[in-house]
Amino acid sequence: METIEHTAVYEQPQPLIAEGHDYGSITDKISSDVLEKKTPKSLFMAFAVTFSLVMLLLLSVTYLFFKGVGIWGIRIPIGWGFAIVNFVWWIGIGHAGTLISAILLLLHQQWRNSINRFAEAMTLFAVACAGMFPILHLGRPWVFYWIIPMPDTMRLWPNFRSPLVWDVFAVSTYATISLIFWFVGLIPDLATMRDRAKQKWKKIVYGMLAMGWRNSAKHWHRYETAYLLLAGLATPLVVSVHSVVSFDFAVGIVPGWHTTIFPPYFVAGAIYSGFAMVLSLVIPVRKLYHLEDFVTARHLDYMAKVMLATGLIVAYGYAIETFCAFYSGNRFEHDMMINRMFGPYGPFYWMLILFNIALPQLLWLKKFRQTPWLLFVMSIIINIGMWLERFVIIVSSLARDFVPSSWAIFVPTKWDWFTYIGTIGFFLMAMILFIRILPMISIFELRTLLPMSGKSNHE
Amino acid sequence: MALNEKLDLKTIREKLSGEKGRQYWRSLQEAAETDEFKEFLHREFPREASVWGEGLDRRRFLQVMGASLALAGLSACVKQPDEKIVPYVKQPEILVPGKPLYYSTAFVMSGYSTGVVATSNMGRPTKLEGNPSHPASLGATDAFTQASLLTMYDPERSKVVLHDGNYTTWDKFWQSIQTDLMVQSSLKGAGLRILTETLTSPTIGKQIQDLLQKYPAAKWYQYESVNYDAVREGSKLAFGEYAQPIYHFDKADIVLSLDSDFLTQGPGAVRHAHDFAERRRVRQNKTDMNRLYSIESSPTLAGVMADHRLTTRANEIDNIALTIAQQLGVSGAVPLRQIHDAQQQKMISAIVADLQQHRGAGVVVAGPHHSAQLHALAHAINVELGNVGTTVTFAESPEVAPVNQLESLKALALEMTSGNVDMLLILGGNPAYDAPADLKFAELLPKVKLSVHMGMYEDETSALCKWHLPESHFLESWGDARAFDGTASIIQPLIAPLYESRSICEFLDQFIGGNENKGYDIVKNFWKSQTKSGNFDILWEKSLNDGVIANTASSPKNVKLVSSGWQNTSSGVAPSGIEIIFRPDPTMWDGRFANNGWLQELAKPLTKLTWDNAALIAPSTAQKLGVQNSDVVELHFQGRMVKAPIWIQPGHPAEAITLTLGYGRTMTGKVGSGTGSNANLIRTSTAMWHAENVEIRKTGETYPLSVTQEHFSMENRNLVIAGTVKEFVEKPDFVKELEDAPSPEQTLYPIHQYDGYAWGMSIDLSSCTGCNACVIACQAENNIPVVGKEQVAFSREMQWIRIDRYFKGDLDNPEVYFEPLPCMHCENAPCELVCPVGATMHDSEGLNVMVYNRCIGTRYCSNNCPYKVRRFNFLLFSDETTETYKMMRNPDVTVRARGVMEKCTYCIQRINEARITAEEEDRPIRDGEIVTACQQACPSNAIVFGNINDKKSAVAKLKAEPHDYSLLAELNTKPRTTYLAKLNNPNGALRHGA
Repeated sequence: METIEHTAVYEQPQPLIAEGHDYGSITDKISSDVLEKKTPKSLFMAFAVTFSLVMLLLLSVTYLFFKGVGIWGIRIPIGWGFAIVNFVWWIGIGHAGTLISAILLLLHQQWRNSINRFAEAMTLFAVACAGMFPILHLGRPWVFYWIIPMPDTMRLWPNFRSPLVWDVFAVSTYATISLIFWFVGLIPDLATMRDRAKQKWKKIVYGMLAMGWRNSAKHWHRYETAYLLLAGLATPLVVSVHSVVSFDFAVGIVPGWHTTIFPPYFVAGAIYSGFAMVLSLVIPVRKLYHLEDFVTARHLDYMAKVMLATGLIVAYGYAIETFCAFYSGNRFEHDMMINRMFGPYGPFYWMLILFNIALPQLLWLKKFRQTPWLLFVMSIIINIGMWLERFVIIVSSLARDFVPSSWAIFVPTKWDWFTYIGTIGFFLMAMILFIRILPMISIFELRTLLPMSGKSNHE
Repeated sequence: MALNEKLDLKTIREKLSGEKGRQYWRSLQEAAETDEFKEFLHREFPREASVWGEGLDRRRFLQVMGASLALAGLSACVKQPDEKIVPYVKQPEILVPGKPLYYSTAFVMSGYSTGVVATSNMGRPTKLEGNPSHPASLGATDAFTQASLLTMYDPERSKVVLHDGNYTTWDKFWQSIQTDLMVQSSLKGAGLRILTETLTSPTIGKQIQDLLQKYPAAKWYQYESVNYDAVREGSKLAFGEYAQPIYHFDKADIVLSLDSDFLTQGPGAVRHAHDFAERRRVRQNKTDMNRLYSIESSPTLAGVMADHRLTTRANEIDNIALTIAQQLGVSGAVPLRQIHDAQQQKMISAIVADLQQHRGAGVVVAGPHHSAQLHALAHAINVELGNVGTTVTFAESPEVAPVNQLESLKALALEMTSGNVDMLLILGGNPAYDAPADLKFAELLPKVKLSVHMGMYEDETSALCKWHLPESHFLESWGDARAFDGTASIIQPLIAPLYESRSICEFLDQFIGGNENKGYDIVKNFWKSQTKSGNFDILWEKSLNDGVIANTASSPKNVKLVSSGWQNTSSGVAPSGIEIIFRPDPTMWDGRFANNGWLQELAKPLTKLTWDNAALIAPSTAQKLGVQNSDVVELHFQGRMVKAPIWIQPGHPAEAITLTLGYGRTMTGKVGSGTGSNANLIRTSTAMWHAENVEIRKTGETYPLSVTQEHFSMENRNLVIAGTVKEFVEKPDFVKELEDAPSPEQTLYPIHQYDGYAWGMSIDLSSCTGCNACVIACQAENNIPVVGKEQVAFSREMQWIRIDRYFKGDLDNPEVYFEPLPCMHCENAPCELVCPVGATMHDSEGLNVMVYNRCIGTRYCSNNCPYKVRRFNFLLFSDETTETYKMMRNPDVTVRARGVMEKCTYCIQRINEARITAEEEDRPIRDGEIVTACQQACPSNAIVFGNINDKKSAVAKLKAEPHDYSLLAELNTKPRTTYLAKLNNPNGALRHGA
């Protein structure tokens, strides 16, 4: 043991779980947060706020259905505004969860065990938020299902050449896989909750959700296989979903959209914003529930490094986009880039460069990676930056395309903001409910990180 | 509330006021539930409609529409007549349900007629087209004519007789004036005065003659705010008698316009545009283009069409004209002062040389908003150059009694002041609004003991009159009118009056005789009395059928210069201070169209402003004054003041400011109230069109203006390819080099072959004047909704064809380009690819079709349309509830609901109509058989549509021209709509523009 500790001191900066934990203490800590301890007052307050925002969302949506999409600031030529910006933003945020749970699992990145449950839940709620917008933004939302291929008497099919149809498949697959993956991952812990719950109704509810999990070796064997298979299924989605989303733009002929670099650059951006959102959520929750033992500075450090890496890919994307605009000699691309930088939306472009590229370079410094509040601020900055990126791509490209006579400026209305803020409220409210009623950290996976599990030396 | 009590408007108004938008809508419905309100509506209550409007946010047009419809919906139910009526068991032979019928009639504006052929769908007029046999139309129309259809169905039109603002009936009116008429009879009409607009109607002319016979001491006055006094007085000055100048632009090689917008304004404008364009079209084998010089103040469409345009203050025009006249050798023409500006000098010498070289083939035309002296001088120049008899002829004035209308109104005002007027009949017009401010007409009018106003709307004048009588729309009444050349037409109604209205001739008939004759009998009897030989019934039928009465054009007049009156030009002093210029508004004219939503929303050709007018100033003047677009300024002039927002107009003369008439109406329907600034507040009888020394004061306020095009530079893109005739002759394919089209082989896919028809369109930018007729024609044909000022500010206007306007070059005198953009119907349409539900598809004939029923409204197609011709129903823009609008709609075109995309269809309903006819007759569709609405309205025939697979078709021939080009060809969208490059014919002697 001593030698191991020595190597730990010299080779590992910090352990993934703080000293002094064993199986029991982990289970106690995580399950008691849900089952026994009093809900922190601040959580109630946060719930009240986010619930009000959900009401705002419902109000906005009701008014929207009543009046039509004209209540938003969209116009000709800016046919897509906040709704699509938010859609892409939310979808992107979801990506971190899938990456953490699937790809990092396959790559044996054990540190993911502390955050994967949390990130997966976040994915699910982010996809739910994202999924609202394509329907809300329709002129006639009540016939949204016409976009789905389904037999009807008129033998009408959707137009499979349109990326919006691909979106339907990409996003619905993504939502389904994410849900199944998250739920399957929850089963052993739901059984734990069932066993530890005191009240009968809790036992029944958790028990039903645990689907008869008895912790037998056979269960574990099948479970591990299934989980791995699901991870294998989810892995391509990390790449494909946002690639397909980027096709919405890349397939269009609008200057600023029509570019082949979009798929990889969108995927990197998605992971970038996703990790930022994980951090934005994890840091306060960690503080609130005193989870510093499980989500250590080392976790934060790793996530910051992922952000740094993906942020650089995004920076590369911006650079190439700019380069191609000038190198191509295409007048429209050239004008688009000049407009993007110095046109009416110029300030937003420079703000996004500042938020997405310049400021995140501070993450090269360890202090920024490991100081929670600094990292929290950084994650918020990146979240805003990535929202701006989508705004700049979608709105500034549409605002000035081929025929200058039609150029216009998009100005969001209050309903644009209400809908957007409303989905943030929905997202946060769902997260609050999640941490209140389900174990927010995967108990059984976390336990594998303990030295006594014998698994922690894989690194 | 008891039914016989006076309606408590106040309560209802209070109930409704203070609530805006949606609530208003709702509360109106709620109000409608109550008994009072039902009773209130039952009496068809249009008068207070505008009063409610004040409590409303007028610009929320949607809601406003909603309001008027609730009213109309409840009140417009037409009662069956008391007499026994016969059900429609045996249909008339000519009527096939679903098939439209066409009737010739005539649209009258400022007295002059434009012949139209009206489409009637099951008894409802739904569209107006030009009458090809009418000299003022030749098959085309202007925007006003097109929009007059909407006026007919305006639910806010005047509906009942009003006495001191209260509803009453025609019978009561006649009874009530009986004693006054008897008094006037005994006085021989000494206290009877009649005020009309310009009149050319022979029938009404005869009636007024009869009236004046019956009341010999009565007097008849004429006034219109946009009048042609200078034209009339100019001819009198030059020739000693009133003579109507008739210009033959088709014969003119050189045209000099002295601040005249002859292409779009005035009685013969549609014809002028047609004739002018005839000489503007350049083809491979026809390169003799005319040349237009324009010396103008406030920019006009004729000015921007010009090969050389000189901007100057309005006050300078006289002097420049005198200089030109002197150099041309017109005797007695002495410039008032030396011209020092080198550019002006150069231009003047070039014009002089050109006119001299083209003796007998040039024409000088003076603007109607200048002095009579200028007109006389223009006539003298034409005489001097031998143009009279070739490019200009003179004829007897078509007007019943040409007068100087300003003097006429002044005389009336004087009589009103001195109390001579006991009974005043105002037949049409709105002098309380548009009389010169110094005449204080609105103050004099209430003092008249018995004032009667007849008009289509309750307006500023009717509010001050004792009686208001609703006038019928021309589509509801019989009448007649003459065209600019004197040709008379019978106005045939297509529908019985929707409301309790009468036509002026019906009114006058009863006023004189009291027999209550039908308009039909009055007009027919008049013409019967005029027919000396031949069978009248045949002639009558033929005249109705043709839309013109044969051989009624005024006989040519031999004119002789009698004096050299131009020497008396008053503007001898050098201009000083800022000049105010008044002009008729391109869409509102003098304000008569204020309640017409189509025209309110029609972008003014040069400013692209909608729903408002603005004080137009040059960029340099704006800089000097430190004002920006939308800044509200006070214009002080001769102690009067009006507030107006600034709009910077490139090409406007410096040190001058233009304010168009027709806005700032206070008493009109909800559509028109509160729009723009009323120029009449500072317009005086001494400064009807322009004057010196207006003072501009900044207020620090701003006023939102809605424009349809914010960006006016082409950004170095070859959107409008322009060149000169010389370049074209030297290198006919110079356009192709600029076009940058990829070769047809640059595709991985096999090129699709269109067998059968392949529809296409060609638009000649050299002949397009930007007059907007096509925009309104399309709006009428395709049931396009009006969206309101706020929505225009949101770039959500719905017009399917728009006219892009670009400026190029010098800010102070830029080149202006117009480019009409309907859907391009691309063969490789980017919109079709991206629609997820296949709601926009390609048909076998190459049309890019929109399936409204299938559209779910993703707007992806619009995003991906490089031409941005698609229009989206962001809200429920179509008015689905107003009963009268239901009647107006083209039954062959779907009314689009909220949430669907729409766009130009190449008038697919007309294509199908022709297809059915052709199939019935077992023959292919002939070239020219399908005419799109925009093409049909276009005065200059700039738009040609047809089958491009037929190499002999007009459109295929145009597309084979070397200067045919595709917009954004580099995108390889292969548009079916292509353009013929904009060619000009500049004078070689003036190298750098001018």
